[in-house]
Amino acid sequence: MNIWLTALRLAIGSLRAYKVRSFLTMLGIIIGIGSVIVMINVGRGAEVNIQEQIRNLGSNMLMIFSGSSRSGGVRGGFGTKPSLRVKDAEAIARECPAVAEVTYSIVKNMQIVAGNSNWGTSVQGTTPEYRLVRNWPVKYGEFINAHHMKSAASVVVLGSAVAENLFESWEDVIGQKIRINNFPFRIIGVMNSKGRTPAGRDQDDVVFVPYTTAMRKLMGSRLPGVVHFIGVSAHSKQLVAEAKREVEELLRQRHRILTEADDDFTLRTLDEIAAASEKTGNIMTLLLTSVAAVSLVVGGIGIMNVMLVSVTERTREIGIRMAVGARERDVLIQFLVESTTMSFVGGLLGILLGIGASRAITHLAKWPTIISIDAIFLATLFSAAVGIFFGFYPARKAASLDPIEALNYE
Amino acid sequence: MVKPIIRTKQLIKRYPMEGETIVALKGIDLEIQSGEFLAVMGPSGSGKSTLMHILGLLDSLTEGTYELEGLNVSHISREMRADLRNQKIGFVFQTFNLLARSTALDNVKLPMLYLRPRINGSHKKAMEALKSVGLADRASHLPRQLSGGQQQRVAIARALVNNPALILADEPTGNLDTKTGREIMDLLSSLHERGITVIIVTHDPEIGRLTRRRILVRDGIIIQDEED
Repeated sequence: MNIWLTALRLAIGSLRAYKVRSFLTMLGIIIGIGSVIVMINVGRGAEVNIQEQIRNLGSNMLMIFSGSSRSGGVRGGFGTKPSLRVKDAEAIARECPAVAEVTYSIVKNMQIVAGNSNWGTSVQGTTPEYRLVRNWPVKYGEFINAHHMKSAASVVVLGSAVAENLFESWEDVIGQKIRINNFPFRIIGVMNSKGRTPAGRDQDDVVFVPYTTAMRKLMGSRLPGVVHFIGVSAHSKQLVAEAKREVEELLRQRHRILTEADDDFTLRTLDEIAAASEKTGNIMTLLLTSVAAVSLVVGGIGIMNVMLVSVTERTREIGIRMAVGARERDVLIQFLVESTTMSFVGGLLGILLGIGASRAITHLAKWPTIISIDAIFLATLFSAAVGIFFGFYPARKAASLDPIEALNYE
Repeated sequence: MVKPIIRTKQLIKRYPMEGETIVALKGIDLEIQSGEFLAVMGPSGSGKSTLMHILGLLDSLTEGTYELEGLNVSHISREMRADLRNQKIGFVFQTFNLLARSTALDNVKLPMLYLRPRINGSHKKAMEALKSVGLADRASHLPRQLSGGQQQRVAIARALVNNPALILADEPTGNLDTKTGREIMDLLSSLHERGITVIIVTHDPEIGRLTRRRILVRDGIIIQDEED
């Protein structure tokens, strides 16, 4: 143990003797470790942020989209083949015990006119349950209710982004008239802001009208009873998988899909979306971290360079130490401990830099970052390992010097 | 009865240089008794430095045998040579060879750093050694703050600190003026009086005259061995 303590004392002495050089050498490690820490922190922060957004989409929600159309070799996206109907949604509500609420909607982009301003947005014809499935509170006024549905009332609920774009103040928008497709609608509510989806779409850029009204006045009668989307909420988080199984089975049965044939709809749970985005997030973090790791290796090479120079410069010192009885091992350990101390101290400074930079990013760019303890632990280990790995060759070189040649070195 | 501290038989040293083999020592037979004060003399290139390196266990020999304190050290490992240098031999060099960034005291402590088993009280021992060369008040000075003579004294204190059986001094006065050189020779002579074997390598006959025995080396062999 003593031999290591002595070597450590020597190493610290030597680092202090060559302050500027030691610092410049450590800079590579400082930057390397610092960027690894920042990358991991930003990656973790983004991941947690995305998971938060996904949870925000709805509570225990399942999303069902109609299947994709196929015309020759060209396949449309989700919802291009109108395979889902209102009756499907009603059947799900009736026959699936794990399901709590069911909603459905039909969507079309339209131009909305209010006074002398207008705005193009997505118009959703939907049901009163939509608010429950999406777990989306109303800010002012009320949401569509059963009475509106039954009477196909010309009422509209605005997403907050639409309200912001059409009106200067929000307080008096309730009761005002807007026109969609030249039909007048009365505003009955404004939704809370829900922010962006993980994909970046602004969820607040939307207006809601009763499904019945949408079918009669806006979408035309081309597709009676067709819906683009069915949203289902399970009774609890544990029942999401069960609900998915029930819904899938029911829809296949209703659509008369043969056992071996593919579904003509797409069913997604939030967990699946979360898992997929976590995977992408992990890949991104891994990529960024490996780029940062490269700079760490470059830092290690820097240490090796300086140690090689240092060994040459201190050849005479090595000779003196050998003459008074230092064994190869003693010299090897001395230089190894020196390089490791350098990279370790560099690593610690890098960690501080990384934490500081993460804080700055959160503060300036408003990106969430999470200080990851295991990343710090790993960085510490890794920086020490870099010192040992890149310090070994110079230390080996020092230890294998011939004492006489070293003593006579000019 | 004094026993031989050094005994060599037909010591031969060959080493390659630029594709040729140089024979530096061509069969040295030498016996040195414990407590002797002698000079190894000869012109440059005579092989006296090589002899000193081998006797000091800094270098290995090619052929022959070398016994140090009755122990055959002809073909021992690098590691063992380091340990024996540490415990049995103290070196004094022409250029002092002190660590420039360490204080006089730390320089004297250096051999104890590599002593196995380790000892306690290295600070006290180093101070005593410095005192014995008359530099107790310079303990915290760096070598560049000391005169040449003082630096050589620090080097001698360093050579003494592990209580070696043998002091090997390679041109110890070579970088000093005559008066300081004389003082250093007096110091080495006093070590001899304390019972330590002192071997001085020099080309200077003046220095040689101050010792009790002179060995003259030329072309790798001993051509003269005279004792007072």
